[in-house]
Amino acid sequence: MAGTVKRGVSLYSFQEELFLGQMTVEDCVAFAASIGANGIEILPEQNIATFPNVSDAEVGAWQEMVTRHGCELTCYDMFLDTKLRRDRVMSDDEQVESIRRDLVLCNRLGIRNMRVLVFVRPDILARCVPYAEDLDVHMGVEVHAPWHMEHAWILRTVEEADRLGTKHLGLLPDMGIFMKHYPPVWRARFEREGARPEIAQFIVDQHEAKIMAEYTIYEVAVKLKGNPTEVRMAETLRHSPYSNPKRIRDYIPYFRHIQAKFYEMTPDARDPSLAYDEVIPELIAGGWDGYLSSEYEGNRWVQDVEAVDSREQVRRQHVMFERLLGETGRETV
Amino acid sequence: MFDKYLINAASVHNTGPHDAPDGFAFSAKLGYYRGLGLSMIEELTVSIDGAALAREAVRFDEGNGPLTLDQMETAFDRRWAFGTEATILVACQGGFPVGEHKLALRQKLRVSYLPFPAFNNDEKIVTL
Repeated sequence: MAGTVKRGVSLYSFQEELFLGQMTVEDCVAFAASIGANGIEILPEQNIATFPNVSDAEVGAWQEMVTRHGCELTCYDMFLDTKLRRDRVMSDDEQVESIRRDLVLCNRLGIRNMRVLVFVRPDILARCVPYAEDLDVHMGVEVHAPWHMEHAWILRTVEEADRLGTKHLGLLPDMGIFMKHYPPVWRARFEREGARPEIAQFIVDQHEAKIMAEYTIYEVAVKLKGNPTEVRMAETLRHSPYSNPKRIRDYIPYFRHIQAKFYEMTPDARDPSLAYDEVIPELIAGGWDGYLSSEYEGNRWVQDVEAVDSREQVRRQHVMFERLLGETGRETV
Repeated sequence: MFDKYLINAASVHNTGPHDAPDGFAFSAKLGYYRGLGLSMIEELTVSIDGAALAREAVRFDEGNGPLTLDQMETAFDRRWAFGTEATILVACQGGFPVGEHKLALRQKLRVSYLPFPAFNNDEKIVTL
């Protein structure tokens, strides 16, 4: 039975080509449309050069362009510069005002989901709820590794949402929290930078066995006398959790959008690291109907040895999504 | 994440009188996946062959006029947009040294969600 989960992409996926001027935003949207990924997630601070002073004409041009390609804008990735000033952290009032600024622009763009950085305080978000409700924008706190769905910090946002009885504050899972296997592209990069293959294998084996990061870091740094690259590789384990895919279903009432993080797709359209094959059935079973929004983050791991091809990586991820979502009409490779 | 793409090596040129240059300039991008307000760019350290030039010698211009690094600290209404080149101006008697030299740029950013500063480093071989 086909689920109602929808497919989209975040423009974050094309950061390499956008940075180098090899693709325009419209190229990204056209490509997404060509693979049936018609939900477009944007980072205004990346994709709109005039941010935060965006004119009505620019807003109109965005909407016209996206519509012309048969797509829709799905999510607005906000940032909060609490350290705007060198001498002090932003006051609470300033933080609320900055978030309100983003909610207003999000609403002007016709977007109903806003990705909130995970470090934003739940009590600040609670103060923003009236604005979010008025503008009909869901504020989803990004559940990003090493946090996970049931981390105490994340549960504070859930508690605030429950306390306020609001549908406009919740979560926004990043699939990086489901790292079942250590990413091969990470290992390869560390080996190119001087990690010995036997130490890299040890770290991968420790992750595979789900041994707590601090044990492995100590083993590598002290007992195995690891070099600095090997220690850095071991330290990545702190940010590489495999949280339980079965838990995501319980939180479906709290999220409307997913950042489908990935580091690499194989030529036969498998993710060698993240457990999409375990998570997507949970979303389908739970009747979730939001967008899986591709977030390719492999560029930084391979750009030292090869030209990055974000389109091909995203295309392969969507072949996997089609397979796991039970869509038909496409070959698997 | 974009370190090796920061310095545009072909853009390096001397500034000031042609026969007596008093500095050099080059184009560079911000090593970050989004734009950033200028007040959060704490350092732009320029080095030649490993020797850092004084902070006071460096100015920055994203298109709205040059600022010293001290002036950038309070430039709350200006941003270095994603993927766009800005001009780094360096006061340096005689201009960029003749022959082949290593030009390095180190960016120190105050990224609010990180507990530590972010550093980006690029180095290019330049021959003027």
